[in-house]
Amino acid sequence: MYRIVRKENLAPNICLMEVEAPRLAKSAQPGQFLIVRVNEHGERIPLTICDYDREKGTVTIVTQIVGSSSRRICHLDEGECFADVVGPLGQPSEFINETEDVLRSKRYLFIAGGLGTAPVYPQVKYLHEKGAKVDVIIGAKNKDLVIFEKEMSAVCDNLHICTDDGSYGKKGMVTDMLKDLMAAGNKYDQAVSIGPMIMMKFVTLTARQFDLPLIVSLNTLMVDGTGMCGACRVTIGGKTKFACVDGPEFDAYLVDFDEAMRRQGMYRSEEVEADHKCKIGLGE
Amino acid sequence: MANKIDRVPVREQAPAVRARNFDEVCYGYSVEEAMLEATRCLGCKNPMCMTACPVSVKIPSFISFVKEGKFAEAAGVIAQDSSLPAICGRVCPQESQCEGSCILGKKGQPVAIGKLERFVADWCRDNGVKTHAEIRRNGIKVAVIGSGPSGLACASDLAKMGYDVTIFEVLHKAGGVLEYGIPEFRLPKEKVVKPEIENVKALGVKIETDVVVGRTVTIDSLMHDEGFKAVYIASGAGLPKFMNIPGENLNGVVSANEFLTRNNLMKAYDPDYDTPIYVGRKVVVVGGGNVAMDAARTALRLGSEVTIVYRRTEKELPARAEEVHHAKEEGIVFRMLSNPVEILGNDKGWVKGIRCIRMELGEPDASGRRSPVPVEGSEFDIETDVVIMALGTSPNPLIASTTPGLEMNRKGCIVADEDGATTREYVFAGGDAVTGAATVILAMGAGRKAAAAIDKKLKNNN
Repeated sequence: MYRIVRKENLAPNICLMEVEAPRLAKSAQPGQFLIVRVNEHGERIPLTICDYDREKGTVTIVTQIVGSSSRRICHLDEGECFADVVGPLGQPSEFINETEDVLRSKRYLFIAGGLGTAPVYPQVKYLHEKGAKVDVIIGAKNKDLVIFEKEMSAVCDNLHICTDDGSYGKKGMVTDMLKDLMAAGNKYDQAVSIGPMIMMKFVTLTARQFDLPLIVSLNTLMVDGTGMCGACRVTIGGKTKFACVDGPEFDAYLVDFDEAMRRQGMYRSEEVEADHKCKIGLGE
Repeated sequence: MANKIDRVPVREQAPAVRARNFDEVCYGYSVEEAMLEATRCLGCKNPMCMTACPVSVKIPSFISFVKEGKFAEAAGVIAQDSSLPAICGRVCPQESQCEGSCILGKKGQPVAIGKLERFVADWCRDNGVKTHAEIRRNGIKVAVIGSGPSGLACASDLAKMGYDVTIFEVLHKAGGVLEYGIPEFRLPKEKVVKPEIENVKALGVKIETDVVVGRTVTIDSLMHDEGFKAVYIASGAGLPKFMNIPGENLNGVVSANEFLTRNNLMKAYDPDYDTPIYVGRKVVVVGGGNVAMDAARTALRLGSEVTIVYRRTEKELPARAEEVHHAKEEGIVFRMLSNPVEILGNDKGWVKGIRCIRMELGEPDASGRRSPVPVEGSEFDIETDVVIMALGTSPNPLIASTTPGLEMNRKGCIVADEDGATTREYVFAGGDAVTGAATVILAMGAGRKAAAAIDKKLKNNN
C-alpha cells in the first residue's frame, strides 16, 4: 500500500504529501509525473512529481483542492493510504541527458505559477546540484498561495516572487516579472514554465518577444497515462502527440494552447462552466 | 449414435431490455440444455474442431463428459489446455475456429462448443470445483509483463511447472483487455474475470499492479537486480489508432480505448464511481471489429442513438458474428461502405457531425479482402455529438524502447519466433505485443507456447 508518511498544509486548500512508493522513488526523474487513485471508486489523477527520496522510498506530491477528486486527496490524513500510486510516467526533462560540464555553463529561468511551483522544484534542485545557474519566478494569486519559497530559495540563485494583488513580492503577473528580468539585461539559455495552461500560453507569448527558448509542461486530461487512451492528445507543431508518453514537456512555441485548453474542459460539466467566472478577462 | 436434433438455443436477455442495462446478454445453458446439446456431438475420430482450436482443447472428450453429466471431469479435460475457459467460452470467435470446423456445420448448425465450454467453467465455479493438481515448486523466478490473457496463460502454465512467477501489471487491476476492453455485458468482471484470475493466483502466481515496465522497472533491472531468470512480455497492443483527418482533436472525439476504459475498468456507468464519461445524444462509432461493436453497444446502453460507420460491407466485418447479430438486435444502425473524411465542429470546438465518403469494393488486398475505394463526389454528413474511433490498436513501444537488444518490427511489434523467443536471450514475448491486435485465444495460445519454451530454455541451462 502507498502510505502517506507526511502531510503538510502549505496554504489554504493546498497540501503536500510524502507517500511511500519505493519502486517509483527509485526510478523517478525531474519532469515526470505519477497517477494516484484515492480509493476503489476514485478516478486516476495525474500529478507531477514534486520530489523523491530514493533512500526513504518516498515521493512527494502537492495538490490543490479544485474539485471533488482533489478534495478527496487532500482529505486523506498522515498514516492513511492511497489505493494506487503508479509511475514515473512521461519523459524526463531533456536536461538530464546533459553532462555536468555542459550544465555548469548554462543559465536557466523557471517560471512557476501557483501549484506549478511544486513540480518546478525538483528540476531546479537537480540543475543546482549539477552546477547550473538557475533563476526562478514564482507567481501566485496572493501571499497565502505562495508555496515552496524556502525550499526554492535554498536551491536557486535568484528567486523573484510576484502576486496578483501585491500582497507579497512584486504586484503583477509572472509575465510582467519576465519582462522586467529581460529588460534588466538578464540572459538565459533556457526557460521552463509550469503552471495553469492559460498562464503558460501568456508566458509563451511574452518569451517569444525575447527569443527565449521555452519549455512547458502540459497538464492534460488522462486516464491511464501510458499511451492507451489518447485523452491527452495535444497538437505540437501541427502534429498530434500524446502528452502522457511524448511529453509532458514540449517546446512551448509548438504547442496549440487554445486547443489544449478546450480539450481540458471535455469532461467539465456544463454547470461548472456556467458557474465559473473568469478572473483574467477571457471570454468577454 | 449422435442425436439428430437442432442446436439447442441459448437463452438471452430480450434486446429491448438489455439495451438499457450492463448485465450479461447471454444467460448460458442450464444443466439440461447443456447435456442435450452435448448429445449432438458426433465424437469424430479425427476431430476438426480440436485442430482449429489455437490451444487444442480436447473438445469431443470434454463434450462426452458433459453428455454424461460429469462436469468436473469435463473441466479437467479443458484445464489440460486452457486456463481461462469461462472467458474463452464467451469471447472466442468460435465460428472461425472450433465451430467453424465442426462437421455438423456442413449441412446444419455446428455443435455449440463455445456455449458448452462456458457452461462447464461456470458450473465448476458455481459448485466450487477446483481443477488444480499438486505443484512441485522449483523456486526459479520468472517475470511476466502484463496480466491479460497471454500473460495469465503463460503464468499459470509456468506455475504448474513449479516456477515462482510474478506478473507485473501497469493498471490498478489485473486482467488487461478483459478488464479495460471487453464490456461487462459480454464478460462480467466480478462473476467471470475475477474468479479466473483468482484461479491463476491460487497456483501461486503473484500479481503486482501499478508497475510500468520501462519506467518503474526495466526488463534489465528485473533480471539483474531482482533475480528473474526469464521474462515473458505480454504487454498487448494498447495504443489507439486515429485516422489523421481534420477535426479529430475536437471535443467529443475519443478513442474506443478511452471510452471503454472509462466505462469498463473505471466503471463510469456506475454512479458509485467518480469517473466522468461524455454521453452524446447521438454517437458515431468508426470501425467494424469487436472493439467497435463493444463501444457501440456501450454507448447505446448509456442512452445514445448509435451508428456504426464501416468502409467495407457486412461480409468483411471482422467482429464476431454473434456481436454483430446482437448489435443489430439492439437497434444499432450500420452505415456500410462509408469512410469518414472529416469531423465537423461547432464554434466552441465540439463535434456536431461527421463527413463521410461512400466506398465501393475494388480488388482484393493483402488480407484477401476486397479493398474499399472512395466514390468521388459522394460525400455526405451524419449529425452526431460524439465520434468514437475504433480503428484498431498497436503495441506500446515503451518496453522495446527501454530494453537494449530487443528488436521491434516496423509496425512496432516485438520480433519473436514461433515459441516466443525474442532477439534477447531469456526474454520471450507473445500475444498482441508480437502479432498486433488479435484475439484472446490466440494470445493465450502464444502464452502457453512461450511457457513451454521458457521451461525448456531454463532446464537446458541448469
